Amino acid sequence: MTSRAVVTGIGVVSPNGFGAEDYWTATCGGKSGIGRITRFDPQRYPARLAGEVSGFSAEDHLPSRLIPQTDRMTQLALVGADHALADAGVSTGDLPEFGMGVVTASSCGGFEFGQGELQNLWSKGGQYVSAYQSFAWFYAVNTGQISIRNGMRGPSGVLVSDQAGGLDAIAQARRLIRKGSDLILSGGVDASICPWGWVAQLAGGRLSTSEQPDRAYLPFDTDAAGHVPGEGGALLIIEDAEAARRRGVTRVYGEIRGYGSTFDPRPGSGREPALRKAIEIALDDAGLSPGEIDVVFADAAAVPELDRVEATAITEVFGRRGVPVTAPKTMTGRLGSGAAPLDVAAAFLAMRTGVIPPTANVTLSPEYDLDLVTTLPRRASVNAAVVLARGHGGFNSAVVLRSTD
Amino acid sequence: MTGRRVVITGIGVLAPGGIGVKNFWSLLSEGRTSTREITFFDPSPFRSRVAAEADFDPWEHGLGPQEIRRMDRAAQFAVVAAREAMADSGLDLDDVAPHRAGVTVGSAVGATMGLDREYRVVSDGGRLDLVDHEYAVPHLYDYFVPSSFAAEVAWSAGTEGPATVVSTGCTSGLDSVGYAVELIRDGTADVMIAGATDAPISPITVACFDAIKATTPRNDDPEHASRPFDRTRNGFVLGEGAAMFVLEELESARRRGAHLYAEIAGYASRCNAFHMTGLRPDGREMAEAIRAALDEARADPEDVDYINAHGSGTKQNDRHETAAFKRSLGEHARRTPVSSIKSMVGHSLGAIGSIEIAASVLAMENNVVPPTANLHVPDPECDLDYVPLTARDWRTDTVLTVGSGFGGFQSAMVLTRPERNPA
Amino acid sequence: MASGEFTVQDLKRILHEAAGESDGADVDVGTMDTEFIELGYESLALLETGSRIEREFGITLDDSTLFDSPTPRALIEAVNAQLTVQEAS
Repeated sequence: MTSRAVVTGIGVVSPNGFGAEDYWTATCGGKSGIGRITRFDPQRYPARLAGEVSGFSAEDHLPSRLIPQTDRMTQLALVGADHALADAGVSTGDLPEFGMGVVTASSCGGFEFGQGELQNLWSKGGQYVSAYQSFAWFYAVNTGQISIRNGMRGPSGVLVSDQAGGLDAIAQARRLIRKGSDLILSGGVDASICPWGWVAQLAGGRLSTSEQPDRAYLPFDTDAAGHVPGEGGALLIIEDAEAARRRGVTRVYGEIRGYGSTFDPRPGSGREPALRKAIEIALDDAGLSPGEIDVVFADAAAVPELDRVEATAITEVFGRRGVPVTAPKTMTGRLGSGAAPLDVAAAFLAMRTGVIPPTANVTLSPEYDLDLVTTLPRRASVNAAVVLARGHGGFNSAVVLRSTD
Repeated sequence: MTGRRVVITGIGVLAPGGIGVKNFWSLLSEGRTSTREITFFDPSPFRSRVAAEADFDPWEHGLGPQEIRRMDRAAQFAVVAAREAMADSGLDLDDVAPHRAGVTVGSAVGATMGLDREYRVVSDGGRLDLVDHEYAVPHLYDYFVPSSFAAEVAWSAGTEGPATVVSTGCTSGLDSVGYAVELIRDGTADVMIAGATDAPISPITVACFDAIKATTPRNDDPEHASRPFDRTRNGFVLGEGAAMFVLEELESARRRGAHLYAEIAGYASRCNAFHMTGLRPDGREMAEAIRAALDEARADPEDVDYINAHGSGTKQNDRHETAAFKRSLGEHARRTPVSSIKSMVGHSLGAIGSIEIAASVLAMENNVVPPTANLHVPDPECDLDYVPLTARDWRTDTVLTVGSGFGGFQSAMVLTRPERNPA
Repeated sequence: MASGEFTVQDLKRILHEAAGESDGADVDVGTMDTEFIELGYESLALLETGSRIEREFGITLDDSTLFDSPTPRALIEAVNAQLTVQEAS
């Protein structure tokens, strides 16, 4: 019999809420964290809005020794990890060190730190490049720093598949638990709202150029015209159900029940996009039928062609208006590898509170036959949820989450 | 899906001094080195001016003009190596359901060359804080997210199953293949094109390793600059390259009559949770990973015929690793040949783990253990049999290959000859 | 560029910039002979510190200087020795 991977702790660092409770209150209340960029002057760029984690000061949360050697994304991730461990009631010193691991996703690494050191290199010379550049920007840094800070020595990893990576990491956490680990800290936190990161994202061609925070990121809307990037994400404590019970956990958020991952056919092949297949594989893996799913958290690209692909996939699997669909990321922006773990956190909070959060600001386009939860949160009994995430180039991932009550 | 076993059926390698499997093996078996003074840019301002560079012409390797424009050098490496591996395997992906074949590409530092070059332009040589988007190349986003490497390989091969980049620093090349093995074992996929790539020889990389004095300053003797396990070693030599493999489920590979290079019988990874760049001298976490990989392979320490070491040539690594081998294999460590191909091809960061898997498999294939080049002066702290200078004829049925990386990652993989345990 | 003598106050300031403040005892006249590792600073922190000292004081420290100077006193003496050599030349 395979062991079950259950979520026992959630840590959230989001543009619209610091900590899971703040985030959930804001999200159900339709409160957005999107605004004009404050971390640099965005005036010269065609896109000027972002979801920033405002008021975050690493010095308030982390030892001084860690500050010079960490990018903002790592500072946010370390704090998110602290929240998740505290929420799960885990004191890592009390558990076997090789039984605990860390699997995070990253989309682009610590770009702000990287910009600073590239600037030192090219404006002043190689001897001005920091000793920390050898790791502070790289994709593995969040896993490494979280493992060091918390003494977690077990199987660990880092996956990079743009936005889909957040789900791939959570699925890998489940895989490691099935192989015998007791506890895996997993999820993703990204933060690249710096000029260099901004220019790179502009090159991707999918940023909204709207200057109105409530009109800029409108997935499934007739006015969909790109997205707003954000920073932050979520980290989860995923445990073997039996191990969690042994250490006295009585209430869990739910179970990571199924996973599917596909890659779109190469452009011009004429073959069907592979998102639907990812959902079907995940449901099959979970042993659940589409009718048993109570809510779908959409990837919500807000690029018309991509919205169409997603709406079609959801409709084909669940039927026309067959399942409530939501995209609370309209209140945070797209968080890179942090987006999907935050949606996973939201799905578990929806199960716990019986509320599906809304897709803010969106008026559903008549083109889509979706039961999109807009404007107001919806009361519903949520026992099973699907979370979708896609990455630039054709990455599709889906997870199925189930309450354990 | 218990009991599914995974074999390597195709290999592609792109290493400095050894582009293509055949040239790569010639280099290793002849004990030649490919390290030289850096030619990609003027290295004179830097402390370490040596690297193992690949003389790679993307045209010659069949990449089209748009592929060349679009892809960072590391992505080009991955695609070329993946094509060689696919051709070598003889596998026709039309015989596999598209979503049952996937891709994993390991990379520690992504599109570093592209990012370094483009940053210099958009910042006007570091002058602008608010870098200028109007000077950005259209494919800058693909450099921003190294997941584009996996996308390129998937497009090139035509796979529609799980695709991802595994990025665990200098163990990425082992962990990427280890991850792919898990996907086949647990039934997520039947075929994986898996391996790793990195092309880090760029001013920013050289500067960052200068800052921590991790690379060798032996600039007066570039050909002999990489000296793993030698008492005079004083840092690693940066390299570049890629290795990609076709991995298949054993039974289906047998059914189609594929050449079975090796079974990936065991793999494990641990974190030292100690330091981002430092290692504890006792080698405890690496030893733990080795033991777990042997367990998974149902192998005893005595079964290991050859250890393909991480052997980076830094003072601390080679000591740490030697301790880990003794700790995990006991007395058998002293009877087992150990070598580091980084002495010949340098340290290509995330790629090297996969390149070392390729070397390990070729050692089994040829029953020849590649040497540790440039090893002349024994170090009392590194007192195992490191196969100095010359390759050795050696019956090799089981290989242990290991990696160690920034972030504290320690990984180990056990490769066995598939005939040994017929299903 | 700074010049003259490299003091314990210089070391303290640069160490904090380079590697943050440690939880333990700070670098000060009272801890001149306490090893850096006990003060909470390992080799990476010292490499970054050494590189900042080199830039600020316009000197070059040998690779071995940092490793051969396990305490604030030893490092301060090594830096000052280097400063004297460079001023003389």
